[in-house]
Amino acid sequence: MKRLLPSPLLSLALLLTWLLLNQSLAAAHLLLGSVLAIIAPLLARPLQPHGHARLHRPLLLVRLLGKASLEILHSCINVSRTILLARPTGLNSQFIRIPLEMQSPHGLAVLAGIINLTPGTVWVELLPDSHELVLHVFDLHDAQWWIDTIKQEYEQPLMQIFEGSPA
Amino acid sequence: MIHWDHLPLWASLPTAALLVLGGGFTLTGCLGLLRLPHFYQRIHGPAITITLGTGCILIASMLLFSTLETRPVLHELLITLFLLMTTPMVSMLIMRAAVHRDLRQQHRLAAEKESPIAVYRDIQHQSRGDRKTS
Repeated sequence: MKRLLPSPLLSLALLLTWLLLNQSLAAAHLLLGSVLAIIAPLLARPLQPHGHARLHRPLLLVRLLGKASLEILHSCINVSRTILLARPTGLNSQFIRIPLEMQSPHGLAVLAGIINLTPGTVWVELLPDSHELVLHVFDLHDAQWWIDTIKQEYEQPLMQIFEGSPA
Repeated sequence: MIHWDHLPLWASLPTAALLVLGGGFTLTGCLGLLRLPHFYQRIHGPAITITLGTGCILIASMLLFSTLETRPVLHELLITLFLLMTTPMVSMLIMRAAVHRDLRQQHRLAAEKESPIAVYRDIQHQSRGDRKTS
């Protein structure tokens, strides 16, 4: 069972994607989707050197994504206002460094996704020596606030989700 | 064949509002590309287009076609999912390409002696992606 279904959650997501793509719950689509959901992860396994992600706390992930969506909405409005109203010369665009403790590649990928989807912040790179994240901020007011927010609001929950570290 | 006359008012009003809102946010993101002087600032504009702009338009599309066809039309959820998974990677790639291009130019000056962040400070106010007019 473990060999056939290395990641049940991934297979379930693939099946749902297939059904959504076909807009149907017919038995034929269920069958074909299930076959795909089993075969695709096995075939794609060599492409994932880090293995499949293990969610230690799935509910926390849902809550984190919800909170991130609100944050994205908020930043969208802020950045839109800046673009439309403010004088672009007054912007304080900066690169800042944020020391990270998270090692899980899946957690880092989710963090990169959230950061890049939020208008006003772009992930540049993870410095290999110091494990620091270089982040570009559209309009920087307080670098320490960014460090605290990223670490407490995003990194801590992601470490609990993907690395199973205690709360 | 789509019968537009069958569209009730309660569906057409929010659809129209969402389309206008989504169009407005998309326009704002594009205006960012036009107005902002610096390459590293312009990279922040499209995130608005992708999240709120596309989001509003996709919700409008779901609402409209679900009402017209009197069954849930949910393709748009997949579009949302694929967009949300691919755009962060694209913006990261573009950002890193720009940074490496600028770093290569600065390499002789700073990269060998100082820490990487000092190099970032040097390219802060100048990118080869900047317009010449400023």
